[in-house]
Amino acid sequence: MTNTAKAIGAEKAPIFEERKDQIHRIGEGDFAMACNRDSLAGAVSQRACVFCGSRVVLYPIADALHLVHGPIGCAAYTWDIRGALSSGPELHRLSFSTDLQELDVVFGGEKKLAKALDELIVRHEPKAAFVYSTCIVGLIGDDLAAVCKAASARHGIPVIPVQSEGFKGNKREGYLAACKAMRTLVGTGDVSSISPLSVNIMGDFNLAGETWIIKDYLTRMGIEVVAGITGDGRVDDLRRAHGASLNLVQCSGATQDLAKMMRDDYGIPFVRVSWIGIEDVAESLYDVAEHFELTRPELAAGLVDRTAALVREELSTLMPRLAELRRDLEGKKAAVYVGGSFKAFSLVKAFRHLGMEVVIVGSQTGTEEDYRELAAICAPGTIVVDDANPLELSAFIKEKDVDIFVGGVKERPIAFKLGVGFCDHNHERKIALEGFVGMLNFAKEVHASVMSPIWRFVPRRETGRNVSDASTATGAEATGAEV
Amino acid sequence: MLLRHTPKEVTERSALVINPAKTCQPIGAMYAALGIHGCLPHSHGSQGCCAYHRSALTKHYKEPVSAATSSFTEGASVFGGQANLLQAIDNIFTVYEPEVIAVHTTCLSETIGDDIKQIRDKADKQGSIPKGKHVIYCNTPSYVGSHVTGFSNMVKGMTEVSESTGKKNGKVNVIPGWVEPSDMEELKRLAALMNVPITLFPDTSGILNGPLSGEFKMFPEGGVTMKELKEAGDAIGTLALGEWCSADAARNLDAKCKVPCRVLDMPFGLKATDRFVDSLRTIAGTSVPEEITRERGQLVDMISDTHQYYYHKKVALFGDPDQLISMVEFLVSIDMWPVHVVTGTPGAKFEKRIKELTAHLPFEVNVKAAGDMFLLHQWIKNEPVDLLIGNTYGKYIARDEDIPFLRWGFPILDRVGHQYFPTVGYKGGLRLLEKILGLILDRKDRDDSESVFELTL
Repeated sequence: MTNTAKAIGAEKAPIFEERKDQIHRIGEGDFAMACNRDSLAGAVSQRACVFCGSRVVLYPIADALHLVHGPIGCAAYTWDIRGALSSGPELHRLSFSTDLQELDVVFGGEKKLAKALDELIVRHEPKAAFVYSTCIVGLIGDDLAAVCKAASARHGIPVIPVQSEGFKGNKREGYLAACKAMRTLVGTGDVSSISPLSVNIMGDFNLAGETWIIKDYLTRMGIEVVAGITGDGRVDDLRRAHGASLNLVQCSGATQDLAKMMRDDYGIPFVRVSWIGIEDVAESLYDVAEHFELTRPELAAGLVDRTAALVREELSTLMPRLAELRRDLEGKKAAVYVGGSFKAFSLVKAFRHLGMEVVIVGSQTGTEEDYRELAAICAPGTIVVDDANPLELSAFIKEKDVDIFVGGVKERPIAFKLGVGFCDHNHERKIALEGFVGMLNFAKEVHASVMSPIWRFVPRRETGRNVSDASTATGAEATGAEV
Repeated sequence: MLLRHTPKEVTERSALVINPAKTCQPIGAMYAALGIHGCLPHSHGSQGCCAYHRSALTKHYKEPVSAATSSFTEGASVFGGQANLLQAIDNIFTVYEPEVIAVHTTCLSETIGDDIKQIRDKADKQGSIPKGKHVIYCNTPSYVGSHVTGFSNMVKGMTEVSESTGKKNGKVNVIPGWVEPSDMEELKRLAALMNVPITLFPDTSGILNGPLSGEFKMFPEGGVTMKELKEAGDAIGTLALGEWCSADAARNLDAKCKVPCRVLDMPFGLKATDRFVDSLRTIAGTSVPEEITRERGQLVDMISDTHQYYYHKKVALFGDPDQLISMVEFLVSIDMWPVHVVTGTPGAKFEKRIKELTAHLPFEVNVKAAGDMFLLHQWIKNEPVDLLIGNTYGKYIARDEDIPFLRWGFPILDRVGHQYFPTVGYKGGLRLLEKILGLILDRKDRDDSESVFELTL
């Protein structure tokens, strides 16, 4: 028992010397974070590659063909990779690969690619095709652009190369490659029927139907949604996306590049939004309303009022139910480690509504500015971390004695091994976490995991309670049996 | 209908895989390496590969999976990855302190032409490998073979450390192939019952099916030790389970250390388990204890109790060659009809073996190596089946065609149990039967009209 008790103490993570400036404890020294830096060779990084970034962004475009040009793995691991729901076609949920073999690597895979495209386009008649480049393609020098151009001419649909060679960096570069690919579609559709009060929902992927929730809010406000980019995405919507008057951009990296391109190409302004957490959702909706009130006052009469009414209505259902859950969660501690830092901001605020404090916050791909802002809204002592590895995460979780970890697939079992709750706020979430209803779902999920009786059977935490509470000086088995 | 895009008519495809029944080599190497005690697998390539493999293994086992990566960038891809790997080896031993690093390559580093042995030797010369610690490696080009090939290559890499002292140690090497940690545990149990001292490698039991301890251990208890691997060269014999997964390693031990080997099918089902038990008995010169005979008797008993339900039921299977060969044999032995068999892994020998196992059946089995799930679905559309067996990716076909579906193989992303309940051996045979029978009878109960809906089996 003494051994276990010792483990609860402030045991610090073994940290690479080179990584020290990617970790900051708020209140300890001046804020400085070195970010957007390549992971150290030999690190057990939680990051992924360029291809992964492109694939997850474009994946939800449901009526496009997504062909991975490379060895089988890249296609196999991204087959039906995230729960990006479609209201119609499901072509995106199939896995297509040129399955490059040794001979292709020696002699080039261009012919194979052309043949694969011919067969697939004839059979599935997609609205467009995305062809993803992988590490090996970058190396053997297949001219993806030329093959795509020729296929496009043969079949009369856009065949778009995605320059997503894995080694070119991390997911960020992949987002950019995806945006460049989408840019070729934008501007090619008829926009004559689009309302001046219109937007594109960007950086939302319709996981568990989240785009639909946001679309519903906007529709109730009287705003037309031209395209989900890429949630419930369609090729024709992307083609018309330049007809929207405003781009709503969520997610730090994924689609912001496209928003900037559309601003430069078509003069469409964009606002950064977040559909996670009460304040952020409300603020995002008000931003939209105010934008149109300012730019199109003649059309936007009553828009702000309608927005206020919507927010009021949603909050009146949400708040009482949130209060019930908060009673149990008050004072619990959370760790947040997510892909992009925008989500981290919203989660810090969302946890406050549950009476919980975020004591560890980090992301795979945040920028220094992101982390600086994060540090400003978190309490002293909070650990801010960029590109963490499992050992660090594990040590931080123990040091801060958190009750729940918010992360993705690779972090889930780490949290569970340590005996703390978990909430998947990544690709594999099964319930909608956006919008006001998403806040309630989030609260329920946090409650379900934090309050689970299973944690009472975890040796580390059980002993911890015993140490802090001398009145229950029982052994591990005895307290376990209390349940 | 998720797979509404699958037409019934089968046409020749040469340039395209749709819905793969395989993945690439490195993940097999990573899984194998996790079966060494204190081992950190290392992916010599881009970050994405490592992240995907860790995610896939994590989803299958619901356990943390740690592995490091050389984190290739554009520079490394032009000038070679030597600097990255040297730095990685240094960093890993400094911070994570594993006993051994098991390096596998990727399509990227293979195409660049990095010489892992030379880099490893250089790291050694530089003093980056602490005394008593190890770096083993294998080549796993993603554009050759499949995940199974990668597994086999890493297991062969393990035998590179084996040495022969000239004095036999009385132990038997058992190379289990790509089976679950629960299966590895079961193989050890059977060997212990027979009083045969074995070295099982790789051995992921304890590592990928560990208990909740309240602690995160990067290197959980369990796994074959480097010492045991070294001593594998002094074993009296090797049993390699599965031609695709295990034979190369066994033959390497034979060539290097003169350890005679026998390549068997993986012990799934009655007959293959019989052969495994008998081989273990003959190599070690022991006899089969009553307890194992009893387990065998129970399996035969259960088959006899329920055989009428299996009679000529048509089955479609997909997965990896070694597993499918034993499963087809098992299905045939209980009078089921495997009509469609697909593996994504290439190898003409596979098709030949399946045809031999089904030669006496009154139909010609559809079998394909280097096939995919799209083809399997097309076959099923042309000749419907009563049962589908394979990994989680079969659920689309099972749903669209409304077929009872047994999840068996890698990966299983949407169910648990494979970590804990073996399907090898006689006990494992019981579990397979229980599952198959349950699926068949649940379907019967679902579809029976009220008038014939029955209470009793």
